[in-house]
Order: sequence, then structure tokens, then C-alpha cells
Amino acid sequence: MTELLFDAADGPQGGHILSRGQIFWAKFTRHRVATVSLVFIVLLYVVVLVAEFVTPYDPFNRHVGYLLAPPTGLQFVDTDGQFHLQPFVYGLKNELNRETFQREYVVDTSKRYPLALFVKGDAYQLFGVIPTDVHLFGVEGDGKVFLAGTDTLGRDLFTRMIFGARTSLFVGLFGLSIGFALGLFFGGISGYFGGTVDNLVQRLTEFLQSLPTLPLWMALAALVPQDWTPTQVYFGISTVLAVVGWTTLARVVRGKLLSLREEDYVMAAKVSGVSEARIILTHLLPGFTSYLIVYLTLAIPQMILGEVALSFLGLGLRPPAVSLGTLLIDSQNIQTVTLSPWLLVPGGLVVLIVVAFSFLGDGLRDAVDPYRT
Amino acid sequence: MDELGDRTMDMTDSASTNQPLLEVKDLRVVLPLLEGNLVAADGVSFAIRPGRTLGLVGESGCGKTITAQSILKIAPRKARTDGRILLHYADRPATDIIGLGADDPELLKIRGGECAMIFQEPMTSFSPVHTIGNQLMETILLHRTRHRREAHDLAVAMLAKVGIPAPAETLKKYPHHLSGGMRQRAMIAMALASQPRLLIADEPTTALDVTVQAQVLRLMKDLQHDLGMAILYISHDLGVIARMADEVAVMYMGSIVEQAAVRDLLRTPMHPYTRGLMASVPRIGKKSGEPLQSIKGNVPVPINKPRACGFFPRCPVAIEGVCDRVVPPLTPVAAGHSAACFRYSEVVAAAGLDQGGANVH
Amino acid sequence: MLSYIVRRLGYMVVVLILISIVCFYIINLPPGSFIETFATQLEASGAPASQAQLDYLTVRYGLDQPLIVQYWNWIIPLVTHGDFGFSFEWQQPVWSLIADRLWLTIIVSLVSMVFVYAVSIPVAVYSATHQYSAGDYAVSFLGVIGLAVPNFLLALVLLVASARLFGITPTGLFSPEYMNAPWSWGRFVDLLIHLPVPVVVVGLAGTAATIRILRSQLLDEFQKQYVVTARAKGVPEGRLLFKYPFRVALNPIISTAGHLLPEIVSGSTIVAIVLGLPTIGPLLLRAIIAQDTYVAASSLMLLGVLTVVGVVLSDILLAVLDPRVRMGRSN
Ligand SMILES: Nc1ncnc2c1ncn2[C@@H]1O[C@H](COP(=O)(O)OP(=O)(O)OP(=O)(O)O)[C@@H](O)[C@H]1O
Ligand SMILES: [Mg+2]
Repeated sequence: MTELLFDAADGPQGGHILSRGQIFWAKFTRHRVATVSLVFIVLLYVVVLVAEFVTPYDPFNRHVGYLLAPPTGLQFVDTDGQFHLQPFVYGLKNELNRETFQREYVVDTSKRYPLALFVKGDAYQLFGVIPTDVHLFGVEGDGKVFLAGTDTLGRDLFTRMIFGARTSLFVGLFGLSIGFALGLFFGGISGYFGGTVDNLVQRLTEFLQSLPTLPLWMALAALVPQDWTPTQVYFGISTVLAVVGWTTLARVVRGKLLSLREEDYVMAAKVSGVSEARIILTHLLPGFTSYLIVYLTLAIPQMILGEVALSFLGLGLRPPAVSLGTLLIDSQNIQTVTLSPWLLVPGGLVVLIVVAFSFLGDGLRDAVDPYRT
Repeated sequence: MDELGDRTMDMTDSASTNQPLLEVKDLRVVLPLLEGNLVAADGVSFAIRPGRTLGLVGESGCGKTITAQSILKIAPRKARTDGRILLHYADRPATDIIGLGADDPELLKIRGGECAMIFQEPMTSFSPVHTIGNQLMETILLHRTRHRREAHDLAVAMLAKVGIPAPAETLKKYPHHLSGGMRQRAMIAMALASQPRLLIADEPTTALDVTVQAQVLRLMKDLQHDLGMAILYISHDLGVIARMADEVAVMYMGSIVEQAAVRDLLRTPMHPYTRGLMASVPRIGKKSGEPLQSIKGNVPVPINKPRACGFFPRCPVAIEGVCDRVVPPLTPVAAGHSAACFRYSEVVAAAGLDQGGANVH
Repeated sequence: MLSYIVRRLGYMVVVLILISIVCFYIINLPPGSFIETFATQLEASGAPASQAQLDYLTVRYGLDQPLIVQYWNWIIPLVTHGDFGFSFEWQQPVWSLIADRLWLTIIVSLVSMVFVYAVSIPVAVYSATHQYSAGDYAVSFLGVIGLAVPNFLLALVLLVASARLFGITPTGLFSPEYMNAPWSWGRFVDLLIHLPVPVVVVGLAGTAATIRILRSQLLDEFQKQYVVTARAKGVPEGRLLFKYPFRVALNPIISTAGHLLPEIVSGSTIVAIVLGLPTIGPLLLRAIIAQDTYVAASSLMLLGVLTVVGVVLSDILLAVLDPRVRMGRSN
């Protein structure tokens, strides 16, 4: 099969043979789900970059009188059964239930607030420089649109979720780059020098892999001083995640280096006097990039899950920092979350993100695997 | 060379009387790949008679293995197979193997029982986690006896027959304990343990070094003599084919391009591809000092194969306007000798072309 | 074979020593000590401790000595007579705090492992033998979801769902009447009744991962020449599957036990916190937050020991099953 893909055909008989890139793309797009996931992930990164604009409110804006309000939902059909192309939301009333004597929210169908584009709302600075108060969507007047409800302090959960996704997605990227550097470094020296160095690194990775990750993360996260600023904590936690998570990559890099070193073309280059470092850069790395891309895609969700778990336990990012993990802290209280299950919605986004990355990684892996047709 | 003579002798006296054991008719195997359909076998037809050896020869990738696999229905699952593969019996009507279902008891009986196969790589043909004895006795238990003791004794006898020293101990060994040559002997023992009527040997010696290769070839011939089975012998090596086969079929890009008794073919190769193949083999039919030649170009991959002679782009005597337009059918061009080349008027006629179009040499 | 086992066991001992050092060191790295945390707590409660009191405590627990001395003072009694030290926070020996939780952790982990294999092996076999069927796609899809849902989230969802639907929250491993009772048949049965929820939650990700590995292993093996050889011998498909590819694919499965166990122990830590299981996880979290050094270090270490022992055992089992490993494993 390999020959088929990589041999150029000669003569008119051969039919047409696709180039490597074309094959990659053909195989990748054949994976519908992976393609959809790629689109989703790209969109999500774009959305979180302009989170201030896309969300209707400021993430710290406490809406007085709307503590733990349920999602408002978008309506197209009003009480008279009439269809509106422009979606709208009903008003919310906080009433005392005369039977249970508990306060609960009641939909007030007498008030209709149409959803509008480019409405003015909380002021913010786009990209940290452009001051504006225009939001992509929102409702005008005294109506409120809470797509995912509000939290215990009355803050819009949808808004906070988008901001939280921003933090988590970038913690993933940052932690990953550290872990990536560590993995390449240790795997590199291990495979390159061999011998004692290799042995030591091997034992180290084996050691780290035989430990349960989360308890180790917990212990390491406790090293992050309490008085650090949110930014410092953010980098601290990323580093903690990375310190434990580089071993898989190191193992693979090492194995690849060892096996590639034996290959004929590397031998040939060596015989003709090319320096080893140069060989690694020009011959070994390119053959390895496809694997690295797949590895990165599959490692990002691990980082995200790590952050979410640690923050949930109170050992990771801490409020007021907004991340998908810190948003879930509220749901630690079973009573609260039972009455207000929408507090779990950020968890749904976590799942969606991780699923998308997994499918994308699978699609990429199948596409770069020359043995799969 | 004198062996060759012997065989041609006894071929003449029994050729006409013998009913074929296996007939392959118009076999077509298509592998759907990303780039298009790969036609791995295209209209392959041949017959094998009991006790005889048909050699199937051709360059790597020409479809020899796929053809052999089709006979046992063990081609890759995605392969689409057409045509007929008839296995004849003395006492009942022939079976079309292509028509059998995957779990048909008849198919399970044919596999390993009627037809056994030896594979190209002796290194990977055994399961690494089962002993040789376990795997060898499995065949015997499936096809010859239900008693373990008897199976064990048969296995020991079989290993002894293929020349493995200390057969009883070898039964307890794992494949990685055996050398390549010993493993291939064990493979042969496993294939022959059920006393098949047809043995398919797919390049059984390619992975072995030359001395071991000679031993294994001799062993197979001796066993054929003792057990009287027919052999489909696959190789890319004309020298080996010359030693083993009675009849030869030359394959190129999924089709048989020439077929004849081994002596006729070696003496008067008719297809330009066969000639090129022979010119590139040292020793046989070559005066010393004559330079060794190679066929120019590589085997093209038969994906989305155009309608033309597959050898056209590499052929030194191709006829522009004919060979690149029409597929030459395999046609008898001399007694017991068929070729698929428009350089022969019989082929031109068989293709229904007008005689003026192609110049007969 | 014997030398292989001895080598693995020797390796295990070295790793255990390393783990103990690392655990102790990590736990002691955070700035501030238990005494400071203790002092802040007292202050918050309105009865601040005097400096003399704090100094006394510091000397009493040897906290003024160099780390290596503290480690020595901790590890020696531990190895010689199983003394894991003293909990500052709970004011009792660490072992008495941890013992019961350790056994429960082991039980939950092992039962989860059994659950993982009991579910994943048949599903993977089905999926691989029915490649590209609707069932196979469904399995693959559910597998991705199973890997993506953080187990603590799953636990939360289960709790919420059960609270809203049935009005009960399935937390803990025992009913109240057995919570602190000594072991008895009734307590054991009670444990069995409570196990399914945590086991499913803890085992889900591992199940998904194992299905994935086993399925692709099986598909790989189906392509192998020796399977074709066996098929060519006339072995019926069903028997072929179990005798050859399944048997060969079983080895990586056993070696994945080495990865699975740490994962399960790791996962059960956080699930235990959400579900309120009396295992080591919640104790560890509390001890880390309170800087209760000996409890935290012992908990972390016991979890490490649990996984390392498991990994070594699975290595040895693999060597017993695979003749190639016995020959001398390079990796
Ligand atoms: N599983 C497969 N997937 C895709 N293509 C295949 C597969 N098996 C065989 N082929 C293709 O089918 C064609 C015929 O292959 P086959 O194995 O029959 O060749 P062969 O004549 O036996 O060659 P060799 O002498 O190298 O064994 C080749 O072009 C090969 O690339
Ligand atoms: Mg072949």
C-alpha cells in the first residue's frame, strides 16, 4: 500500500496517483465528524478571542434580583401561536410559591423582549484597546437574556462560559507548549545519546507513568502560593499540568529517534559527512511532524480536563478567575445544583470541546497513517 | 536440464487423458482504493491437472498472490472477486469456490483439506503465542483425525518427513525458536499434513538463503512425488520455475500474457515481456559474455487501468495505434503455447481486428 | 522467568523508595507549614495561639529540623513498624485514619478494573468483528464520549438526576448504620449495594479507552499473516477469532492494566470527593489543603504504592502469558 501512495507512476498506464497532501486531505475530509470538529474548534477559538463582543453581558456583572435564574430560552412562537422570525425572550418574575413557601422564577409571558443584534450594553475594551459597548446580541430595555441561566451571584452563565472557555482553551495551549518542550527535550536526549542518559530518562518516565496523575497534580498544585495573582496562578497551573504530562511524548520521540537512526537514508547522510544535529533537523523531524500534530491535538483535551478537575477541587485556578473549571465550583453543592441544574452547563461545553479535539485527532491520525486506506 | 526433459516426456503421455483438478476461469479481482479501483487480477484463466505443477511467474505486484488467495477465498476482505474457480472431484460435480459463503462447511473443508497453501513469509506465518505442535495438530485435527494421540503421531511423522531433526521436541517449541529454513519446513509439514490434492506454494523460498532454498525445493519435489498432489508454484524467479514446474503461466499487471509447457516457453518465449524477463535472468539459455538486460521502466500500478496492452509503455516492439488501444487476448499461437501479443496474427484475429492494421512479423 | 520476576521486584523496591522521597518532598515544598495554617485557623476562630505555643508545636513535631531529617524520622518507623506518623489536624495516628480507607480504595479500584474488562472485552470483540457496521460506529462514538466526560462531572450529573427523579442522592459506600460499624456480613452486603454507582463512574473512561485499544489491536491482528494462515487451514471464523487474534491482542490488554490502574486510582480520587466515598482521595484533598504533612504524604504514597505494585504484577502476568516476553524484554 505504501508504494502505491508514494511512488510516482510513469507512463500513461499508471492511472493518476495522488500527491501526499492530496491523499492527506482526501482521507481527512472523508472523516465527516473530524471535519465538523475542525470547523467547531476553529470557530470556538475565534469566538473566545472576541468573547467581550459575542457575549451579551460583562462576566462580572451581577444582575440584581436574578440570582440562580433559569435559562430564559429563545422563543419564536408567542402565546397567541403567532410565529416571529425575530426570536424573543419573555420576562422573568421572582415569586413566592404559596405551597412550598420558596422563591421561584416564573415566566412572565405578558412581557416580550425581542432579541436584537448589535445592542448597547456593558462597556468593555475589544482586544484590550478598543473601547466600545456594542454586543453581538442582547435584548433592549429592562429585559434579560440568560441563555444558560445565572449563577449564585446572578452573573450570566453563558457569558461566563465563553470567558471560561477562553481561559481553559489557552491554559491547554500554554500547558501543552511546556509539556511539548519537555517531551521533545527528554525524548530527544534519550534517543540521541542513548546509554546512561537514555536509561535515566526511561526510568524517570516509567516512574511518572506509574503514579496516579490526579493525586500528583493535586500535590503539585498545592505548591502554587496562595498569594499569587490570577495570572501567576494561571501559568503555575499550566506548568503543573505539563510537568506530569510530557512522558508519552518523550517515549514516542525516543522510539522514533532510535528507529529512524537505523534507517538507510540517515546512514547514507552520515556516511557522506553530514553532522548529526543537521540530520535530525532536516531528515528526522519532517518525518515526525505528522505524528506530533496528532499528538498535540489529542493532548490539548487532556490539559483542559486537568485544569477543569483541579479548579473544581479548588486547587487550580481560583475565583475571580473565570475558567470552565472554576465555573463548576458552584456545582459542588449538591442541593444548589439539584435545584439549578443549569450550573452544569459549562461541563457540557467541556465535553463538547474534548469530543471535538478527540475526533479531530482521530481524523488526523487516520489521514497521516500511510497504512490505512 | 535433464530433469526438464523427463518431465516433458511424461507430460506428453498423460496430458490429454487427465481431467483438470482445478480450473480458474476469467478471474477478476478488484480492490477499491482511495485512488480508484486497483485491478489486481484481470481475466485470469488456467487449469491444473492432478500431480502436475503449474508455475505462475511475474514481477512483484503483478497479482500472483491475489490470484492464489482467491482460490482459498482468503483475499483481503474489501476485494471484489468475479469469475469462476472450479474444484473438480472424481465422484461428484465440481464446486465453484467463488460461490461459497464465508462459513460454508464445504469451504472450510477445501481450505487446508483439499487445497493447502504455503506462504511467502515463514517468519510471520505462525502465531507467535502458540507452539508449532499446537498449530500443526490443529490442521490434522481439522482434516484427518479427531484423536489427539493419533494427531500427535501424525504431526511427528510429518515433521520427520520434511527433515526436521528431533520432531517430537520441535512440536513443543514456539516459532521464534526455529530458524527461517526450519520454520518453512514446518510450514510445509503443516500444509501437507492433511494430504491435500492441491498445494499452493506462494514464493515459499523467497525469504530463504540459497542453500536452504535448494533444500526446500528438493523437499517439495520429493513430497510431490510421494504424495502425488498438484502444485501451483508461484515465483518471480524463472530459474526456480524451470526447476519446479511442468507448465508456466507468465503474469503481467494482473493478466496472464503467455502460457506454455515449461520447455517450450524457455526455448521460444513469445511475449516480449517473457523475453525481457528471460534476458534479465542469468544462466538460463544464455551464452556466456552476453550482457544481462533489464526491462526498462517499472511495473505501472493497475489503478483505473486503461484499455490497452499493459506492457505497451515498456514494450520494445509495441505497435503504435494498436497496442495502446486494444487489449490483446491470450490466444494459442503454437501447439500448447498461448500468448497475448498483437505481434501474432492469431491474436489479431482473435481480437477481431482487421489484418491490415497490425503488421505480423 | 524467575530472574525476570526478581528484576521486576527489585525495580519495584527502588521505585517505592523514590515515591516516598518525592511524596514527602512535594508535600513539604509549599511555603508555610501546618503550624501556620493552624495558627490562622485559631485566629479566625477568635482564639489566637501564643507564639510560645506555636514554637512548642514546631519542636514537638520536628518541624524545625532539616527536611532530610524529617524524612528520615518519617520513613524509618514506617518501614520498621508501619508507623505512618501523626496527623496534626485529626490528632491521631495516620494509620488509624488511613487503614480503612486504604482497603476501600483497593476494593473500589479492583472492582472498577474488573468492570472495565468485563464490559470492554466483549464490546471490543463485537466492534472489531463488525467493523463499519452501525453497532461499530455506535461503540466508537460512545467511546469518544466516554473518554470526554470528566468522571466527576458524570458523578454530579448522576447525583442531580437521581435527586430530581428519585429524591435520593447515591453517595458514600455505606448506609448510615454501617458507616462506622466493624466489618460484618451485613456491612459487606451493604458495601456491595453501594458499589455500582462509583464503579461505573470510575470505570467509564477506562472502559472507553480499553475498548479503543483492544478494538484496534484486534483489527491489526486480523490483518496479520498468521491469521490468514490459520484461515487457509480451514479453521472456522469464530474459533479463529478466539484462538489467534484475541489471544495475541490479550497481551497488550494485560500490559494496559499497568496504565489502567494508575488511571483508575487517579479517577477515583476526584469521584470519591464528589460522591463522598470514604476512600483515600477526600482525605488527601483535605490534608493537602490543611498542610497536614504526614497524612498527605502517606496518602499520596499509598496511592503510588498501589499503582506501582499493580503495574509490576501485570508485568509479571504478561511474562507468564507471552513466551516472547520471557525471552528477555527490551522495553
Ligand atoms: N490489501 C491490499 N490493499 C491494497 N492493495 C493490495 C492489497 N493486497 C495487494 N494489493 C495490490 O494488489 C496488487 C497485486 O498484489 P499481489 O500481492 O498479488 O502481488 P504479487 O504478484 O504477489 O507480488 P509479490 O511478488 O511482491 O508478492 C499489487 O499492486 C498490490 O499493491
Ligand atoms: Mg506475493
